[in-house]
Amino acid sequence: MNRPFFALPALALLAACGSSGGNEAANSSGAQITGAGSTFVYPVLSAWAADYRNQNGTAVNYQSIGSGGGIAQVEAGTVDFGATDQPLKSDELAKNNLAQFPVIVGGIVPVVNIAGVDAGKLKLTGPILADIYQGKIKNWNDPAIVRLNPGVNLPSAAIAAVHRSDGSGTTFNFTHYLSQVSPAWKAGPGEGKTVNWTGGVGGKGNEGVAGYVKQLPNSLGYVEYAYVVQNKMSYALVQNAAGQFVAPSADSFAAAAGTADWKNAQDFNLVMTNAPGANAYPIAASTFILVPKQPKDKAKSNAVIAFFKYAIEKGQGQATKLDYVPLPADLVKQIEDYISQNVK
Amino acid sequence: MAIRASRRIADVVAFVFATAATTFGLVWLTWILWMTFRQGAAALTPSLFTQMTPPPGSSGGIFNALYGSAVMILLAVVIGTPVGVAAGTYLAEHGRHTRLAAAVSFINDILLSAPSIVIGLFIYELVVRRAGHFSGFAGALSLAIILLPIVVRTTQESLLLIPDTMREAGFALGLPRWRVTRQILYKAAMSAILTGILLGIARIAGETAPLLFTALNNQFWSANLNAPLANLPVVIFQYVMSPYDEWHTLAWAGAFVLTAFVLLLNILVRLIARKGKQG
Amino acid sequence: MNATAAKILEAPRPKKSGAGADRTFELITSGAAWFVLVLLAGIALSMAWGGRLAFKTFGWRFITSPDWDAVGGHFGALVPIYGTLVTSAIALIIAVPVSIGIALFLTDIAPRWTRGPIAIAIELLAAIPSIIYGMWGLFVFAPFMAAHVEPWLSDHLGGKAVIGPLFSGPPIGIGMLTAGIVLGIMVIPFIAAVAREVFSAVPAPLRESAVALGSTRWEVLRHVTLPYTRSAMIGAIFLGLGRALGETMAVTFVLGNAHDLSASLLMPSNSIAAAIANEFTEADTDLYRSSLIALGFLLFVVTFIVLSIAKLLLLRVNKQMGRTH
Repeated sequence: MNRPFFALPALALLAACGSSGGNEAANSSGAQITGAGSTFVYPVLSAWAADYRNQNGTAVNYQSIGSGGGIAQVEAGTVDFGATDQPLKSDELAKNNLAQFPVIVGGIVPVVNIAGVDAGKLKLTGPILADIYQGKIKNWNDPAIVRLNPGVNLPSAAIAAVHRSDGSGTTFNFTHYLSQVSPAWKAGPGEGKTVNWTGGVGGKGNEGVAGYVKQLPNSLGYVEYAYVVQNKMSYALVQNAAGQFVAPSADSFAAAAGTADWKNAQDFNLVMTNAPGANAYPIAASTFILVPKQPKDKAKSNAVIAFFKYAIEKGQGQATKLDYVPLPADLVKQIEDYISQNVK
Repeated sequence: MAIRASRRIADVVAFVFATAATTFGLVWLTWILWMTFRQGAAALTPSLFTQMTPPPGSSGGIFNALYGSAVMILLAVVIGTPVGVAAGTYLAEHGRHTRLAAAVSFINDILLSAPSIVIGLFIYELVVRRAGHFSGFAGALSLAIILLPIVVRTTQESLLLIPDTMREAGFALGLPRWRVTRQILYKAAMSAILTGILLGIARIAGETAPLLFTALNNQFWSANLNAPLANLPVVIFQYVMSPYDEWHTLAWAGAFVLTAFVLLLNILVRLIARKGKQG
Repeated sequence: MNATAAKILEAPRPKKSGAGADRTFELITSGAAWFVLVLLAGIALSMAWGGRLAFKTFGWRFITSPDWDAVGGHFGALVPIYGTLVTSAIALIIAVPVSIGIALFLTDIAPRWTRGPIAIAIELLAAIPSIIYGMWGLFVFAPFMAAHVEPWLSDHLGGKAVIGPLFSGPPIGIGMLTAGIVLGIMVIPFIAAVAREVFSAVPAPLRESAVALGSTRWEVLRHVTLPYTRSAMIGAIFLGLGRALGETMAVTFVLGNAHDLSASLLMPSNSIAAAIANEFTEADTDLYRSSLIALGFLLFVVTFIVLSIAKLLLLRVNKQMGRTH
């Protein structure tokens, strides 16, 4: 036989050198759990996963594909947990036999790429953002923006508005906020993981939006604050319900999160945009983890719960490093009680 | 007799246009290759081949992606080559003037240029949906389907190039047909079939779309074909769409490795073809 | 050859099993051939099956509706189809003249010793993986378009009467024009390869007699070569079109993923392949997933038709040139 069956020995060779390669410690004792969903939580989740793997060998393979995808995959059973920034209602949770709990709080920040405009220099309001994304405000030197920003050199260029092309919990929180502050927006595109965007460019994930804003001149986008920090992007200040222009930071997110009434939220179904308070950041949001209530693979389910227990109990350091807000102790207790009651 | 001015002008214009068109094509080629090599070479470090894909914000390498791609390509070759050679043999030998062969040849050429994303969707429906999870195996299957028409075409053409006198000589010696094919024809067509496989490898090495819904991706080291498997094209896709500079650097490095691999294969194929012609 | 003949002569000659083994061998090879047919049928069927929910829900409106509302559950293929057609059209407008020019250059103008290397260089354009095109397009070419080309276009052509709306809008660099150009560059080598092959296959007597009658190079091309190779050229164009329609990665990065119907080429849009690539892993309802697969089915049908036409034309040309296979 002269067929090129060198393939088989080559495969064996690769497999052999593969298992001894890499710089990870050879600990095949660790399980591998899979998750998918929110890109909002991805920066801190991947940091937790890296620490957790060093600590106990379990690998958390997370695909950052957007909240919509995370919900779909965990409902279909193709991943062990899903992550979404839009909480599911109790009836949908019951229909799919899922448990839901929050794991972190962060903030959604408008980012811009305008020559000469540094981080924190531009001031915007919810209604202005709504008008820009609806195409009513077309240029950066529109009177409405100029009035709010005397002294900022705004070009007469058209605004390239970047939105999410995928099913996004970040979009849900952003559009929920716009619906709260702009009646025109509420009557028009409304809120949701995706809406009927008019014009603009679609980025895939928080990463895609941040990537496009970095690339395209005179662009505007909305991303989770960790992406702003990690990529040194130029963000804008947003006016909150109390009329103050608040800078995004762990403190202003925490001020918003502090007003949330978790005790009375069934299955933790709670959205915290447009929070009251002078220091509250207007577009704060949490990420929720979805796990099956009666998992088929008990070992995997236990591994998932163990990972998130680690995250909410010990992951505060990584969270604050990226300007997320770790959950307060009483909420952590409430979550752990909920899990032991609901996940068998 | 001098020709009319307008005719000469038309001719000069055509000459200039043809030269410009060729320069146009070559300029793009140079620009793309130059940027890939410049950006990629700057990012080439040994850690590229020893470390795994990193989380955003840290440095790392692409070893798991290279490994995953290599394994899936090899598996695709193992699956696709026998089927492709067998089908190509039918088209050239037993079925040479049958209607089945004409139909298969026609359909094969369509599969050759078919959108690879459709093939990814097909394997998703067939394998991933049924199994309930993504897998490197599904990725290898989709690559095998893309490789198959290339191998069929090359086998068919190279077998048809062998003069019938060789077949007749074999029959005259009393050999059964399958022996003629195996011992005479395959041996003679070996280098041509091999070049077909190499060209096929060059093609599937760069295919991204079918892997997006079959093998997905894996940021950790994994040799498990029954789970999502890291691979170079999807890693490049993910990293390019991100805002992180370290990921962009890794993407360029990965692009450099991929392009160099594909170009080297193409050069290798030409060398083999030239040696085959001389021999 | 002597050694092989000797080996064969000395080998044991099993008489009965020869026929049986032959039968088995024929079964294996014809089975593999049937497999190719079954594979294509399987792809078509599974696409149709996966898309049936969308087709049943929307009917013909699926093709004409510009909606794409994942939350409300209204999906229409109009925007992806439009984006696919426009970018492919731009690609062909660029690739066809350039390919003919390259073929003319390689068969008539270039010095003989340069023809091989240049032809190889053009073929290398085809070897470059499409994701490299996409990446280069996003990081290198789109900023170039945004900084140098698109402002010029919208300033000088944006205000004109008929073609104005084609070139209006903010010059962000990503959009149908950039995607079409990148696609065109990708498609050049496919058309150029066929064009070069058939140009050089024009019988020398035909060309030489035209030259003897006093034709210029251009006139030989226009009055002899192109008419003679018309079927092949149309076949090559359809082949390029088939490739352009199905291309995913080159287009996904630079098209903008916007489900928007816009007259301006400078605006972002979406194509069938890019929509599937971007949204499939996140499709969270059966209808959404089915709509994407339905898009895949439409793409498959259209490329099947286009590639079939190409193949038929090229087969006819092969017969003309006396090839038997």
